[in-house]
Amino acid sequence: MSKINTLDALDKAAKKGRDLLFPSTKIRISIGMTTNSIAAGARSVYDAFLEEKKNKNMKFDMVKTGGMGFDSVEPIVDVVIPNKPRLAFAKVTVEKVPVLLEQVARLNLDRELPFYRVDEQEDIFTGETIQYVKGRLPRVFSKISLREEIPFYKNQLKVVTRNCGVIDPENMEEYIARGGYYGLHKALTEMKPDEIVQEIIDSGLRGRGGGGFPTGIKWRSCREAEGDIKYVICNGDEGDPGAYMDRSLMEGDPHSIIEGMIIGAYAIGASQGYIYVRNEYPLAVENLNRAVMQARKAGLLGKNIFGQKFSFDIKIAKGAGAFVCGESTALIASLEGRAGEPRAKYTHTVEHGLWDMPTNLNNVETWNNVPIIIARGSKWFSQIGTKTSSGTKVFSLVGKTNNIGLAEVPMGMTIRDIVYGIGGGIYNDREFKAVQTGGPSGGCIPKSLLDLPVGFDELADAGSMMGSGGMIVMDDTTCMVDIAKYFLDFLAKESCGKCTPCREGIRRMRSILEDICSGGGQEGDIELLKEMSDAIIDGSLCALGGSAPSPVLSTLRYFQEEYETHIKGKKCPAGVCKKLIKFRILDEQCNGCGKCRKVCPTRAATGSRREPHKIDQNLCIQCRACYEVCTFNAIIIE
Amino acid sequence: MNTENTMQDKVKEIVKKYKGDKSALVAILQDVQDEYRYLPKEALLTIHEQMDIPMARVYEVATFYDAFSLTPRGRFIIEVCTGTTCHVQGGMNLLDTFERSLRINCGETTEDGLFSVDRVGCLGCCSIAPVVRVNDTIHPQMTQDEIPRVLRTYMAKRYGR
Amino acid sequence: MVKLVIDGKTVQAEEGKILLTVARENGIEIPTLCSHETLENTGACRLCVVEITKGKRKKIVTSCLYAAEDGIVVDTKSDRVLKVRRFVMQFLMARCPTSDVIRDMAANMGIAPETRFKPSEDGKTCIFCRLCVKACEDVVGVSALGFAFRGVDKALGTPYREPSPACIGCGSCAYICPTRQITMSSTENTRSICGKTFKMKACSVCGRYFAPEEQLAFISKKTGVDLEALSVCSSCR
Repeated sequence: MSKINTLDALDKAAKKGRDLLFPSTKIRISIGMTTNSIAAGARSVYDAFLEEKKNKNMKFDMVKTGGMGFDSVEPIVDVVIPNKPRLAFAKVTVEKVPVLLEQVARLNLDRELPFYRVDEQEDIFTGETIQYVKGRLPRVFSKISLREEIPFYKNQLKVVTRNCGVIDPENMEEYIARGGYYGLHKALTEMKPDEIVQEIIDSGLRGRGGGGFPTGIKWRSCREAEGDIKYVICNGDEGDPGAYMDRSLMEGDPHSIIEGMIIGAYAIGASQGYIYVRNEYPLAVENLNRAVMQARKAGLLGKNIFGQKFSFDIKIAKGAGAFVCGESTALIASLEGRAGEPRAKYTHTVEHGLWDMPTNLNNVETWNNVPIIIARGSKWFSQIGTKTSSGTKVFSLVGKTNNIGLAEVPMGMTIRDIVYGIGGGIYNDREFKAVQTGGPSGGCIPKSLLDLPVGFDELADAGSMMGSGGMIVMDDTTCMVDIAKYFLDFLAKESCGKCTPCREGIRRMRSILEDICSGGGQEGDIELLKEMSDAIIDGSLCALGGSAPSPVLSTLRYFQEEYETHIKGKKCPAGVCKKLIKFRILDEQCNGCGKCRKVCPTRAATGSRREPHKIDQNLCIQCRACYEVCTFNAIIIE
Repeated sequence: MNTENTMQDKVKEIVKKYKGDKSALVAILQDVQDEYRYLPKEALLTIHEQMDIPMARVYEVATFYDAFSLTPRGRFIIEVCTGTTCHVQGGMNLLDTFERSLRINCGETTEDGLFSVDRVGCLGCCSIAPVVRVNDTIHPQMTQDEIPRVLRTYMAKRYGR
Repeated sequence: MVKLVIDGKTVQAEEGKILLTVARENGIEIPTLCSHETLENTGACRLCVVEITKGKRKKIVTSCLYAAEDGIVVDTKSDRVLKVRRFVMQFLMARCPTSDVIRDMAANMGIAPETRFKPSEDGKTCIFCRLCVKACEDVVGVSALGFAFRGVDKALGTPYREPSPACIGCGSCAYICPTRQITMSSTENTRSICGKTFKMKACSVCGRYFAPEEQLAFISKKTGVDLEALSVCSSCR
């Protein structure tokens, strides 16, 4: 990699990248290679392609990209055929690879119909349209759906995830070809630091990691704070269970985070940056490390970036497995080599942060928004989304929907449009019950609020929060008391234990919920839970404790009758709480296949072959194994 | 005695890599954990001496974070994802079944040193929930039914089969 | 100087002085379990919270950490504040039911135990105020004590729960512990604390055993004063 210190050098790199992204002679086959797609089999599919290429002496480029978003149909294989529509194949298996390759080579697409095709696409960085198809569309393609016709993609707007699943995250030139580092060039050569800060303020960008604090205002405070050295930190300690957009960005588009941080550092006057990555994300660490090295080699990190009197570098730090380190002061403690205990924020981290120096901390998705805001301007950005929540938000739409994956939509889209439009409704046509947002600090939003537009303030008013963007969809088989207990159990373990209300209070709330879930709920428990919540919210030292009661309060707000059924009726309507349910075999449905008998760990399920089986309630431990294994719907929960 | 010396040397080497920077404690512990798959007491003592950080502070950091273990871990570390999606898809039942099958509690290691069972925060594999990670391999859409087979596969690996 | 109102009383305070001190100087008592004049406050116990009104906004702040500001109105006994204090005391009573210190303090505040909380049975009275840890680290300078683990498993003690080679037996932790979780026992010429027994030094003048030998050695090493000169007890000096 040669030095990139002029616009000319940037253009040259972009040209190289474009040749790879839009090959003129060779076919380019890319496979989404995120942690979850690898688990779904992407690596073996990738290897199968290489094997086939070698065996048949074929000529095409193989690329590993980041996540394509639609995770429930992974592994996805994306094919760029020169001058033809871009194609994607879904749920590709090793066995399908030879057929698929032959089809693509011969443009005979009958046996394995591609999932979708892309004829043209807007380059979000420049606003220009990229034409994949040169000339007339060959007939063979016309029966393939366009990507924008697929419900999952239809209403998405990919701004932050623009490069995920498109570029090879190991290749910086491909990033540059997509407009990367042009925003940095503009910021450094055409803008004053104050102008950049103002641009971010005008864009209305709010922090994507939790509370939604205006990013530009934070930058301004840090810029104005006094200190010889200033730091910028990228919080990649994504800990909300059910949220993985930051992992996907770090894995699939690491340079965008780096570019955002360099722009931020220049605007604020920082000379050193840190990316704090969650320990559970080894692939993200690997890709970020490589990207930092590449940027350093190209002179985009280091001294006199783009020939300016500005020097900046980035270090990658690995978290060590503590949810509380997502809290900024705890993260800083961890970076300083201490246990991740938060401190009171009466002295702001923008003034006294890392090593007591002014420190600006933003999360991964926030940093990722920065280059494009600079490139296309705050006016363009603020027109996306709503007045109070501008831009897009990446949601991880998971749980009981038909389509599962990362979806990026303009802020203000309704939950219904996300769950039923993008998500394709509830799996097995069951009843939608709630969507959990905001992780352990958030809450459950009920059916009556399906038309709620998602935005920072709207979600907060509904008793939840945006958080990092997890959306866990629940159906009628999810028990809301169990969910509240689940989050408190999580927080009891993850609390740092420094202050009394959080350490002791969460434990006491959890124990009351455990009682309720096991039939020991008492009259007055609901009122006590509410009272305790007030005290824990007001009394805790940091935001972890201060928001810990949210899962309880929001489920009480919308599902109080379910609590009451547990307490008074000693029943769990969703059939989840073990002590309140019984498994029974229906004689008329059971054909005596014996699967339940074999799987039962306590020999509670018994019976003779081809005779209806029985479950001995005295032996049953409600492990659910028989229920899961029965294919005749013969086992019911009472 | 000999092993202790090599351990001391190895740890000293790791500390040296970070130039004795006290803020690198977390990173140093990570390297030691990677090397020995747990944090041996001798290693912590060496870190304390080499870096001039009180033993109480080293111990505090070593026990605060989940990534560290003070006891030797099994050859195969089974981590059941306890993210929200895995939870609503029955992840906890998987944990129970592993505990029952291996006759150990979460956080413990089997007597033969083959398996450890643990829970892990969301791995972000919600689309294939519930998942279980064994060392670096993620097993998608696990069911209780499949657990005996999975355990057998890893047991066979012990004998190099 | 700044002017503020505390419980209806207008008071003057030095800028930067914490609310807890300002209130105390004006005869207003705020309960606390983790604040000590020799140590930096950590805000761990949460008993000292107060409600402040700043412009139109009301919020709960930690009085042992929050600095006095001009024009704020402080309420040390608002409903919200009292609710936090009630639960903190009830949590602590359930955590260490055998502590008479906590029980008496709650009684003085008119707070009864919450019967729904099952009292812990481990017999410990540690409330994680961290005064011992701070004293050991910041005042004595040995850091023999510390925390282990986190959340509900958080524990206080020496590494591996073994006698600490760093401990010099000075007794500061026992002295500062508000709930007597850390105790010290002595015979004529020994002292036991934190699982370690120390030989005491006899005063070279009067012969009275007055300090652990390890402590004197530590002081000598730290200050450079000859060990001989340190072997005279304070009354004979």
